[in-house]
Amino acid sequence: MELILALDPTVVEITARSLAIAVTSTVIAAILTVPLGGLIHFHNFKGKRAVVNLIQTLYSLPTVTVGLVVFLLLSRSGPFGSLGLLFTPGGMVIGQTILISPIMTGLTIAALSGVGPAVRDTAVSLGASKFQAIFTIMIEARAAMLAAVLLGFGRALSEVGVAMMIGGNIRGYTRVLTTAIALETSRGDIEFSMALGIILISISLIVNLLVNRVQGNWWA
Amino acid sequence: MIEARGVWARRGGAEILKDVSLKADRGEILSIIGPTGSGKTTLIRVLNLLDPPNAGRVFFDGVDVTEDEKERFIARRRMSLVFQKPAMFSVSVEKNVSYGLRIRGISSHAIRDRVRSALRDVGLSGYEKRRAFSLSGGEAQRVALARALVTEPELLLLDEATANLDPRTAETIEDLIRGAGEDGLSVVMATHDLNQARRLANRVGVLVGGELVQLGSPEEIFERPRSEDVARFVRARSGW
Repeated sequence: MELILALDPTVVEITARSLAIAVTSTVIAAILTVPLGGLIHFHNFKGKRAVVNLIQTLYSLPTVTVGLVVFLLLSRSGPFGSLGLLFTPGGMVIGQTILISPIMTGLTIAALSGVGPAVRDTAVSLGASKFQAIFTIMIEARAAMLAAVLLGFGRALSEVGVAMMIGGNIRGYTRVLTTAIALETSRGDIEFSMALGIILISISLIVNLLVNRVQGNWWA
Repeated sequence: MIEARGVWARRGGAEILKDVSLKADRGEILSIIGPTGSGKTTLIRVLNLLDPPNAGRVFFDGVDVTEDEKERFIARRRMSLVFQKPAMFSVSVEKNVSYGLRIRGISSHAIRDRVRSALRDVGLSGYEKRRAFSLSGGEAQRVALARALVTEPELLLLDEATANLDPRTAETIEDLIRGAGEDGLSVVMATHDLNQARRLANRVGVLVGGELVQLGSPEEIFERPRSEDVARFVRARSGW
């Protein structure tokens, strides 16, 4: 607790980096997955159910598997090796974005499906164009969609596989809360690990409270 | 104003509407009565262009609006529908009522005045900031009516719009419908309340098993039913 209360520079630095990488991944994933989820939900096409099933299957994508695939893509001999993103925060953002995209897409689809057809009918009967009706449905699903984004953020922040394999846990550069906890525990610095663990749990708790608050406010 | 010509509607393999033809003129209140499952809601949805008919045509103000998406959109903006169980958007009452105005790009100043006036008309003055989800069933129904009327439609479609209201509120709504009709608004209302149809409508259509079995003045329908089906329905429901 002393390390947290005294705002130990290393603890603050690792926490700030973790948040920066997870927030960046979540923002990029949201920009990609919210429209993608909308596109899948609002269009009927052959194989739609299979696509949704595949997305749901990818919810539980093992972080080390994503880490391995992104590692191979970004490694020197990989197709994107020339970008020099391996063992950089940028590479970690790419990995986390891939990791959380399925759950955010799937939950966006679920959020939009949760809005009953009566809302669409009401909007259209009041003169809404197709685009306006879609926008109205998205507004109605805003609480569940924000919950999807926050859950994505929580997964990005708490994952360790991608951060370790793509980031490399380099001190002062790619070391984040989860990789630091793993390292310090193996070194026997339980006090430092505990401090970082408490911070990680606190952030997760705040995110959960935010999800509940947002849902409570908008669904009440 | 609105006309259905030879409309057929099939839902889930069943024929819901069978060759229905009817017309509501400007300023006319046309009531559609019929037993549960007779196709009243389907007919209202077809007239609102929410669902396309499987066969037949729908005309709005003389224009065929059955298929052309642009024409359907233009026609839909000139009419409003109040559902039996209205869906409220999860925002304030004011935002619900102003929805039709906002999507039409009306200025926020004009919106405020019109929303206030519409809420006053349905007896809900001061409800602007209330959350729509906190309303009772009757209040939500009145908000839905205000939401439908605030856009000043030329045609108002009502699907059992007073079914969930207490008698006093229903009377307020009926006065509003009657007044709107006198102001030139065309109204097509599906109802199972035969007395209401008798009180409000200029003409009444009887829908039985998806067929429009009789269309005429309230006197004709209630006093000179053309078939045994109509006679049985109007007498049973009127308590004669």
